[in-house]
Amino acid sequence: MGTVNFLWNLTKNYITLGLIGLTVSDRYASIVPVGGISMSPTFNPHDSSMRSLTRDFVVVEKLCLEKYKFSLGDVVVFSSPTNHKEKNMKRITALPGDLVSTPHYDAVVISEGHCWVEGDNQAWSLDSRSFGPVCYILLHIHLLMKRNLT
Amino acid sequence: MGLGNLKQLAPFIKEAFQHTLLVAKYLCGIHVTNTYLCTFALTQGPSMLPTFSLTGDLILAEKLSTRFEKMQQGDVVLVRSPENPRKIVVKRLMGMGGDTVKYAAGPGNNDKKDTIVVPDGHVWIEGDNKFNTNDSKKFGPVPYGLVQGRVFWIIWRILFTSMIVKQFIEDENLWAVLLLNFKWKDKMPELLIFG
Repeated sequence: MGTVNFLWNLTKNYITLGLIGLTVSDRYASIVPVGGISMSPTFNPHDSSMRSLTRDFVVVEKLCLEKYKFSLGDVVVFSSPTNHKEKNMKRITALPGDLVSTPHYDAVVISEGHCWVEGDNQAWSLDSRSFGPVCYILLHIHLLMKRNLT
Repeated sequence: MGLGNLKQLAPFIKEAFQHTLLVAKYLCGIHVTNTYLCTFALTQGPSMLPTFSLTGDLILAEKLSTRFEKMQQGDVVLVRSPENPRKIVVKRLMGMGGDTVKYAAGPGNNDKKDTIVVPDGHVWIEGDNKFNTNDSKKFGPVPYGLVQGRVFWIIWRILFTSMIVKQFIEDENLWAVLLLNFKWKDKMPELLIFG
């Protein structure tokens, strides 16, 4: 009887911690690993085969999602427009109303509610130059600071 | 001296902490339910007549279908507007990625129907009221990531969502009707004044 009580208390505590942790990571800040080299040399500057060991971890904040206020040069994480399960991390290089010139299209005017993202590593980055402007809503989080884990 | 005071306050501090933890737990539970399970919403506008009424309905939308991609053509869905990220619209899902969708180009011109293939990872949404709706016919296919939930229950058809407050201002013959219109989405009352 004592063991059951103890287990029940433990379960309740875990669920409470889980709920609070999930809410905090959804609304305030969380830590995500960075994969790929499309943002070299800002993140993951070493392209090695043992990528998982030298991966960068970043703290992302979600308070900006209330008002959707992003500025030029912010590094953001967003769901890819072609596959909503994939998350990409790129930098915002143009805001609504701006004119962007790309090699494929002559000039693209970015409509309201969208923005243009590009990776720092221009040669190795799948970004707005391939899939066009990204809807603001797909933007999840905004980068706060970087923490190396090497 | 200070330490004695602290010892006296210790049980109060502990009780306050426990109460705060309880409130935090409930708020987090509400957030998790709203984000991952189901949420209430108040509809507005004429774009989904006659499914939803003009003055607004209280509906229940579930979020599990979007997470597990169990949406079907014909579902009424909550979608974040691609034009304004802070607005959530209610429309009907007419086509998923890969489907071919036929839609009337102009509402009065029923004979002329355009065809479009919805790209992968996108959906085509349309309002039921084809004369007065701002949907995929205007802003094109919408990425699937913007779909927020599937409406499955109309809880209450609200006839009047506003409180009317009459107030006499200065001159007795002059009165203004203040309509407090509570917008569920913005969570702030909007004041409309009719003279």
